[in-house]
Amino acid sequence: MAVTTSSPQTQVYARTVFFDRLRKYLFFAMLAFWAALSVAPLYFTLVFSFKPVADVYTPPIWAPIPFTLDNYITILGTFQLFPRWVWNSVFISVIITIFRVLFCAMAGYAFARIEFPLKSFWFNLLLISMMMPGVVTLIPSFLIIGPGLIRGGLQLGDLRIPTGFGLIDNPWGVILPGMADAFGVFMMTQFYKSFPKELEEAAMMDGSGRWGTFFRIVLPISQTQLITLALLTFQGAWNNFMWPLLVLRSPEQFTLPIGLQWFRGEYYTLYSVILAGSIFNTLPILIIFFVFQQYFVRSIAATGSKEG
Amino acid sequence: MRTSTGRRKWADALNGYLFISPWLIIFLIFSLISLGYAVYLSFTEYNLLRPPRWWGLEGYQRVLEDELFISKALPNTFKYVLIVVPIQTFLSLVLAFAMDQNLRFQRFFRTIFYLPSVTSSVVISLIFIWIFAPQGIFNQITGLTVNWLDDPRTAFYVIMGMNIFTTSGTLMLIFLAGLQDIPLAVYEAAEIDGANGLQKFFYITVPMLRPVIFFVVTVGVIGCFQVFDQIFVMTNGGPLDSTTTITYLIYKWAFRDTRIQMGQASALAVILTLIILAVTLLQRRVIEGSGSGAER
Repeated sequence: MAVTTSSPQTQVYARTVFFDRLRKYLFFAMLAFWAALSVAPLYFTLVFSFKPVADVYTPPIWAPIPFTLDNYITILGTFQLFPRWVWNSVFISVIITIFRVLFCAMAGYAFARIEFPLKSFWFNLLLISMMMPGVVTLIPSFLIIGPGLIRGGLQLGDLRIPTGFGLIDNPWGVILPGMADAFGVFMMTQFYKSFPKELEEAAMMDGSGRWGTFFRIVLPISQTQLITLALLTFQGAWNNFMWPLLVLRSPEQFTLPIGLQWFRGEYYTLYSVILAGSIFNTLPILIIFFVFQQYFVRSIAATGSKEG
Repeated sequence: MRTSTGRRKWADALNGYLFISPWLIIFLIFSLISLGYAVYLSFTEYNLLRPPRWWGLEGYQRVLEDELFISKALPNTFKYVLIVVPIQTFLSLVLAFAMDQNLRFQRFFRTIFYLPSVTSSVVISLIFIWIFAPQGIFNQITGLTVNWLDDPRTAFYVIMGMNIFTTSGTLMLIFLAGLQDIPLAVYEAAEIDGANGLQKFFYITVPMLRPVIFFVVTVGVIGCFQVFDQIFVMTNGGPLDSTTTITYLIYKWAFRDTRIQMGQASALAVILTLIILAVTLLQRRVIEGSGSGAER
């Protein structure tokens, strides 16, 4: 009876509830679909990395049947360049991360706290450089890292000044330009600006100089922000492709992404091995991502809201 | 008193420069000098063997007369930006909006969506080559027999789809942070006025998110104009140059061709920078312009 006698208001209300629920299910279905899509490539890669090389296009695609560890054995044992590439990637990424976090924190602190001549000039240049597309400095940066802007160096009387570092095919050629970057400095500047000064001022009163205060007080209290920057930097360095591709020339010096791409060219038929290698390249980042998830989320949220 | 403040000022100036010096040195060498030298190189002929030879605008003219640039790289790059940027922006905005509805499993979805972004561009490209191979998983699932990456009609779209797929997760998280900054009171007020879901999305969410949208579109435009890794790994600019973009062409001229042309490549790099600058400024006017219209 209640249905037939329901007033127009309750009908409207029932309809709203119905549409609300429908909308929620639609949204949920959409999210579930995109989630499935997001996992699919990595899932298939994992499955086929455990299947024999000959089965690289053979169903079933959902489970590793027949199962084998051969591809991983090839990577870790037979093909000796793989462990080298992993080591090169770790070495380059870790060194870049350590330097960049320190240097960006130092510069960010100075821009936020210390008065020095031309400060706003340099900071404006920094902001502009963040918008500059990286490809325009690619060729000169390559010349500086390698043979030099001027071949044979700059001649000043008897003095010959080299204009390049001669670091082609050397891991330091990848590391050097990555040691500081505009975005990191900007991020740290914004952070220190929003941070209360009292602790530092107390330390300065006690007679610690700028440097003592920075290393003993400022760095420890900005731990969260430093970890966030470290994660972003490590991920970028670990996955970087174009610059190492130009600098590193011999297979012994390759990082993992360059090596995998090269391996594909040399051994096209061993695609299952490439898939196992891909898992190797992805796994460390995935583990770091799961452990430090909230930092990743924070860093991304920060990029959007602060610059927008 | 005076001398001590004077000394303090000097100490600050010195310390300030010492603190920024590591960044400043790298910035001066790899950004400022590099940019200046790129502009200089763009007016020269340079093949690494002989010193750069000044030839004025010749390099620019050669770029603008280059068949591969005019009929392939330039239109391809614009096509790529015009397709990828709107789709990835809209898709990630809708996903973020759906996530923001206080549905269950939010944390779980957030984690999963971010997965494609943590994978390196090379690895995801290698995986997609295999998935889109003639006998690959995609054809197996769909029952199609297309040779996706060897067909000039499809190769570029596979790369576009892949990049939309990998970047949407990150962009979604940026939007989600922006959405959570919108005060609930605004939505409640709209509900009292009888606004439905779609109206709330277009009249509240989108305008309130304008700064974030601007950021996401800017980052997208700058990134998409420079797409390289995926093209290098997946197609090398082919088949039939159908995936050659401007950045790939710069790389080809400067490092890959048997006749290296670093001057001409620099001219193209300068042109690309100017294009990106112009598009960013235009896009800023469009987004801010539409804003003042809605608020009036």
